[in-house]
Amino acid sequence: MALIGIVTEQSNESRVAATPDTVKKLIALGYDVVVESGAGVRASFLDDAYLEAGASVAKDKRAWQADIVLKINAPVDAEIKRLKAGTILICSLSPALNPELLTALSLRGVTALAMDAVPRISRAQSMDVLSSMANIAGYRSVIEAANEFGRFFTGQVTAAGKVPPAKVLVAGAGVAGLAAIGTASSLGAIVRATDPRPEVADQVKSIGGEYIPVDVAEQMVSSDGYAKATSEAYDKRAAEIYSEQAADVDIIITTALIPGRPAPRLITAHDVALMRPGSVIVDMAAAQGGNVEGSEAGKKVVTANGVTILGYTDLPSRLPQQSSQLYGTNLVNLLKLLTPEKNGTLTLDFEDVVQRSVTVVRDGEITWPPPPVQVSAAPAQQAPAEAIEPRVAKKMSPATKGILFTLGIAALFGLFVVAPAPLPQHFLVLMLAIVVGFYVIGKVHHALHTPLMSVTNAISGIVIVAAILQITANDITVQILAAVGVLLASINIFGGFAVTRRMLQMFKKGDAK
Amino acid sequence: MSAEVIATAAYIVAALLFILSLAGLSKHESSRSGVVFGVTGMTIALLATIWLAVQGTWTAATSIGVTLLAVAMLIGAAIGLWRAKVVEMTGMPELIALFHSFVGLAAVLVGWNGALSSPETSSELLGVHHAEVFIGVFIGGVTFTGSIVAYLKLSARMSSRPLVLPGKNILNLGALVVFVGLTVWYVITPELSLLIAVTAVSLLLGWHLVASIGGGDMPVVVSMLNSYSGWAAAAAGFLLNNDLLIVTGALVGSSGAYLSYIMCRAMNRSFFSVIAGGFGIAAPSGDDEEEGEYVEIDAAGAAELLVNASSVVIAPGYGMAVAQAQYPVAELASQLRERGVKVRFGIHPVAGRLPGHMNVLLAEAKVPYDIVLEMDEVNDDLNETTVVLVIGANDTVNPAAAENPASPIAGMPVLRVWEAENVIVFKRSMAPGYAGVANPLFYRDNTRMLFGDAKERVEDILKSM
Repeated sequence: MALIGIVTEQSNESRVAATPDTVKKLIALGYDVVVESGAGVRASFLDDAYLEAGASVAKDKRAWQADIVLKINAPVDAEIKRLKAGTILICSLSPALNPELLTALSLRGVTALAMDAVPRISRAQSMDVLSSMANIAGYRSVIEAANEFGRFFTGQVTAAGKVPPAKVLVAGAGVAGLAAIGTASSLGAIVRATDPRPEVADQVKSIGGEYIPVDVAEQMVSSDGYAKATSEAYDKRAAEIYSEQAADVDIIITTALIPGRPAPRLITAHDVALMRPGSVIVDMAAAQGGNVEGSEAGKKVVTANGVTILGYTDLPSRLPQQSSQLYGTNLVNLLKLLTPEKNGTLTLDFEDVVQRSVTVVRDGEITWPPPPVQVSAAPAQQAPAEAIEPRVAKKMSPATKGILFTLGIAALFGLFVVAPAPLPQHFLVLMLAIVVGFYVIGKVHHALHTPLMSVTNAISGIVIVAAILQITANDITVQILAAVGVLLASINIFGGFAVTRRMLQMFKKGDAK
Repeated sequence: MSAEVIATAAYIVAALLFILSLAGLSKHESSRSGVVFGVTGMTIALLATIWLAVQGTWTAATSIGVTLLAVAMLIGAAIGLWRAKVVEMTGMPELIALFHSFVGLAAVLVGWNGALSSPETSSELLGVHHAEVFIGVFIGGVTFTGSIVAYLKLSARMSSRPLVLPGKNILNLGALVVFVGLTVWYVITPELSLLIAVTAVSLLLGWHLVASIGGGDMPVVVSMLNSYSGWAAAAAGFLLNNDLLIVTGALVGSSGAYLSYIMCRAMNRSFFSVIAGGFGIAAPSGDDEEEGEYVEIDAAGAAELLVNASSVVIAPGYGMAVAQAQYPVAELASQLRERGVKVRFGIHPVAGRLPGHMNVLLAEAKVPYDIVLEMDEVNDDLNETTVVLVIGANDTVNPAAAENPASPIAGMPVLRVWEAENVIVFKRSMAPGYAGVANPLFYRDNTRMLFGDAKERVEDILKSM
């Protein structure tokens, strides 16, 4: 039966890795739990509450010396020294950004599981601290912005005058962004959102925001649930949109992060200068370099034109009770997976993709990075259409397209070389007319399909021209045949135009009523 | 200035007017001027051509020709105008199909004439000329019989069931191969018997192509035949060295093909299998008979539901056209609107037997076109709709298309009427629709069946209100 230690975080962190509530669940899994005295104080969980939940409270290093140590943040060097060899440390480690930390942990001979390396698959959602913390951070970012902002979020008409609603732009509609959109719109603000993944448009709409697409011919369908880096044309158009929006909105909240890379720069100093005095920007990516030019990690900056830029990196920590509870539950869910027998014995199964992914150091050996996990967070886009009928328009590779195109051109050239005099000109005319015909009805209103067809039918009666040209031939058989042709085509022309006219006379607009 | 130069100028003007005409018909606002452009263009083209035909030395043949021309045009105009005047709006699809066949037949005749009148061209061009005759006759022939079959099917003079001959794809392909072979032969040794043979092949092919397509897919077929008739005119243009014919024919041909393509996409059908004829129809799987209990409702009950509804969507289909129910339906819509009920029409892209068929009928009954919406415009609102009236539609509202991957119509976008609070289905009997697929909608808990003639039932509802 293993001992779990809950340790006190550094002084800049208010969260704690277990609450009395989650301690009970850990005990139910068969573990003994020891809590370092005062670990939960900053999150308003007192030692007595932990005792009541069934844990023991230790004033000494016992929690650090436990078989399993649960933590929020990555340990600093002094903390690593307190761990005993063979301990299993579970906390957020950002393994991609902290290779030295992994080395230090491996030298100490511990096993380290990174909570922030949980793969984004449905089964692992209950352990995903990035999601649960992002949700809280998104909420808090709006609260922080509201705190700095000198006006209401909601528009009101009062006896003392009319108050316009605040306008909020949220850049990035991931978990944090969506939480921010929802919070801001429930406070009554007008919320807009940008994101390179067009499939989030519906999600944005569903929680009360307005999606602003970056209208370039590029679509990003993410294969692993996270946003990726974008192309140049896209970035250019996006920059224009941000400039337009900066001049209009009161509050900007940026949430754009790309895993394992510095945060993309979305809002330039120029954009900030466009904002009105009193406007607020919350840069949620400040810790990773910032989405906003001029933001400083962990600080509040006020620009020359009176715009407040918040670069707080501890947003979840500012809601410690809530975030400790959610983080603690994520930990419990991970331990449930690692304790299949519920007997207080932790087993690591490297065949399981979740366990493999989170384990970054095993018994002093670095096991990061894990083999890639392909998950589909993208919506099933074209999938339903493929049901039964084989789709004709199979996507051709650019190379195939190019070859076909070249072949087509070569064939045309070949044709023109062998074709005698008047033919090439006729082909030219034919091709141009085909293209025009294609474009000219490109946007036909669906209600006009029938009139359009009947008018084209009338126009195709033009074949009468051929018959007329033949009717004066010096051969009575030809003349009679041509006359029959003229007769048939005339029925078409006159009938077609008349019937189109009749139909169109019936269409009218509702206002007439 | 010679006659040819003036005629060419006139042809350019006419061609531009035709383009403006098609463009004009893409929007409601400009649709009427579109027709005026078309008529003007045609008038200019005819006058220029007639002048071109009669100028030069006046011979006996010219007099006979002009007389014949005048008589034929007068008779044709009279017939055309008469048909256009008396046709019921519900009979529009048949009429248009029939008109297409005239163009096809005219193109065949022009081709034959081209073969009979000895051309005064160089020997180099003679082969080309022969090939052009064949291509013109072939396209014309296919259009002619294809349209006739479409006409017969649409006017219910022929079974709408698809004709399934063994190896029909081989037959179609074989006809094409024979055509190419005959053309080559004719270019080498022009003989009348070959011309007769190619005409016969094309007529048979046209017949078979359309006969093997089920009645439910007729909207696409009509539009495709429209395109064929354009190509027939273009082929005649090549034969006679006439650019106006080529331009106009290609315009009609490509716009018709594009229209068919739009419709194929709406139905989730493969475009190529339409051109090839026969949609690769799978035999309906017999095990999907989703039998169950259906619940009937009477007109008074339906009226009560409608009056108390906050929003109503009407989904009409071919049945409304058959029953001529568009006037009472329009009346129903306007009465409900006066009572403050939000009424809209949801039109499936292939409802009826012609693209836009329902729109024409509703327009005839003076339903304002801004409450007549496309499937995509209305589909997402259906789950917030109190009552959906399904009037003579079946396959276009079949939940099997969305839910049963084994269904022959699986994947076809449909109006999701079953998401509404109540669905009232007007139907003559429990028979399946054109596609021959059972419709599980009728057995849903929120569905009520209202049996009988759609027109009479709607009138009953109006009385009860």
